[in-house]
Amino acid sequence: MTMIDRKLLKKESIQPLLNALRESGRRIIAPQRSGSAPGTWCRDLGPGDEVDLEQRTTVSPKSAFLPMVEEILRYRNEGKRIVMEGSRVQAQPTVVFGSRPCDTRALHALDAVFLHVPGDLFFRERRAATTVVTFSCESADPDCFCTSVSGGPRDAEGSDLLLTRVADDRFLVEVCTEKGKQVVELAPHLFEPAGDVDTEAFVATVPVRFSPVEVRKRLQDLFNDEEFWREQSLACLGCSTCAFVCPNCSCFDIQDEADLKGGSRLRCWDSCGQKLFTLHASGHNPRSVQSQRWRQRIMHKFSYLPEKEGMVGCVGCGRCSRACPADMNLLERLTAIAEARI
Amino acid sequence: MTAENVYQPYLMRIERAIDEAPGIKTFRLLFEDEESGKNFDFKAGQFGEYSVFGEGESTFCIASSPTRKGYIECTFRQTGRVTAALAGLNEGDTVGFRGPYGNVFPLDDWKGKNLLFIAGGIALPPLRCVIWNALDLRENFEDVSILYGARSVADLVYKYELDEWDKRGDVRLTTTVDPGGQTADWKGEVGFVPHVLEKMNPSSDNTIALVCGPPIMIKLTLPVLAKLGFAPGDTFTTLENRMKCGIGKCGRCNVGKYYVCVDGPVFTLEQLQGMPAEY
Repeated sequence: MTMIDRKLLKKESIQPLLNALRESGRRIIAPQRSGSAPGTWCRDLGPGDEVDLEQRTTVSPKSAFLPMVEEILRYRNEGKRIVMEGSRVQAQPTVVFGSRPCDTRALHALDAVFLHVPGDLFFRERRAATTVVTFSCESADPDCFCTSVSGGPRDAEGSDLLLTRVADDRFLVEVCTEKGKQVVELAPHLFEPAGDVDTEAFVATVPVRFSPVEVRKRLQDLFNDEEFWREQSLACLGCSTCAFVCPNCSCFDIQDEADLKGGSRLRCWDSCGQKLFTLHASGHNPRSVQSQRWRQRIMHKFSYLPEKEGMVGCVGCGRCSRACPADMNLLERLTAIAEARI
Repeated sequence: MTAENVYQPYLMRIERAIDEAPGIKTFRLLFEDEESGKNFDFKAGQFGEYSVFGEGESTFCIASSPTRKGYIECTFRQTGRVTAALAGLNEGDTVGFRGPYGNVFPLDDWKGKNLLFIAGGIALPPLRCVIWNALDLRENFEDVSILYGARSVADLVYKYELDEWDKRGDVRLTTTVDPGGQTADWKGEVGFVPHVLEKMNPSSDNTIALVCGPPIMIKLTLPVLAKLGFAPGDTFTTLENRMKCGIGKCGRCNVGKYYVCVDGPVFTLEQLQGMPAEY
């Protein structure tokens, strides 16, 4: 964080702030109750839509930066000739409103992949055009473990604005970046100066459950323990729901779609949990069984990324544990790794 | 803005299509944009993403030598959707190419050394690039030996070049086919690559070994090289992990902390010994 300016915002001013954001031409992505699917989902907020800031979203706001499917190339056929058409880069100013500290922190992992040279134009433009307004967590459930992986329910890492409830009807607004400041300046009359406030009064308590340093150390010795990984992953169906809901996971596939006039190349979410992910053309598969693919998921997040980028590839949001149809609980698995006797 | 799009391929025209073996073809590709062709540079060992528009991209090495300017060549076996579409193309047709990607064989470090190439089947193309590169700079190296094996005589690729190498006085070429794969007039060896290598008994003294082949060939050849005294640091191979992006993002070719597409595809045996065997 380069700057911190503190303001107060009344709860009743949230709607006027959203209106001001919309009037400024910004696209707003916010948690909303879904009409069809159960739970709360991050999606485009239309004029009449209601933001749900109470519930945890089923899927993180990752898709605001890395859409599930994104066109990365477009061409048309002219007889036998192929003619490239310009890339359709989405750079509309956007606000992700109502992100959580864990989800916002996870943007660092996406940045490490997509901004690293050679940068991904599509991600970079979306990222640059997007402002992240994060709300501190007022509740946590048993699957949450942000504090075990350097985060916390009031962690401002990556946020442009961090809002923390400090009274029943008021939020403390911490202006962390220039982009955050621009949001405040859209409707300065909505913000009041902040005096001394108790920042922790409404913030959730999330106990530290394990040490990622310990997990990483154990993983180096556990890698070849096939029985350990088999037991850890016995229930895994290989469905990749965990990667789908994960704010850090960013592995992708590239697929073409075409008709007679032309077509496009698409970058699509994918997962190391899938057998096809690593299957060679020859039929050889370096990770041929599910236990190896589960091990890859854990190793990548808790050993390879820390070694390579100095960051854990998990923010402890707990979504994978909540969403897993086979009850593969990540926190339980990590605790087992940290406590494994080798 | 388009120029910045790392997924945008060069448009390439198929100048020549060669049937190498059943299901295996070589394309010589020219840059449709001459300027791009002039500026294009790569080194032995690098690879690219070759695409058929509407079908997708496939990863192959650049099989031609960087000493031969103005074109690149790729050799592929028809296996899946993209390679089937590639195989259906003709001379004059357009394909996409992104690259060059990955690290390189350190040819500059090998001046004054003997080079021993060991290849099996469709894995000759990555070494063929190095072979021609070395032969075009022949004075930089001492003995150049090539051991190439395939399942059958029909499965050997670059047959015309095998003849050419055989006729040169400065290359020692040994070809072999698996037992049962020989023809009546086959003059080469009959036997699996590791066995033939053992029989050849090459000296490891001042010699770099480059091994490319199917996993089973590599697995059985490495112990023979070790027995012959080749140091793990002097034994090179390329990994052929599945890839999509080629630029360290899609996550597919991840082996330990490495991405084969950016940290490889060229690895020494010494490096592989420090990595999980997920290749």
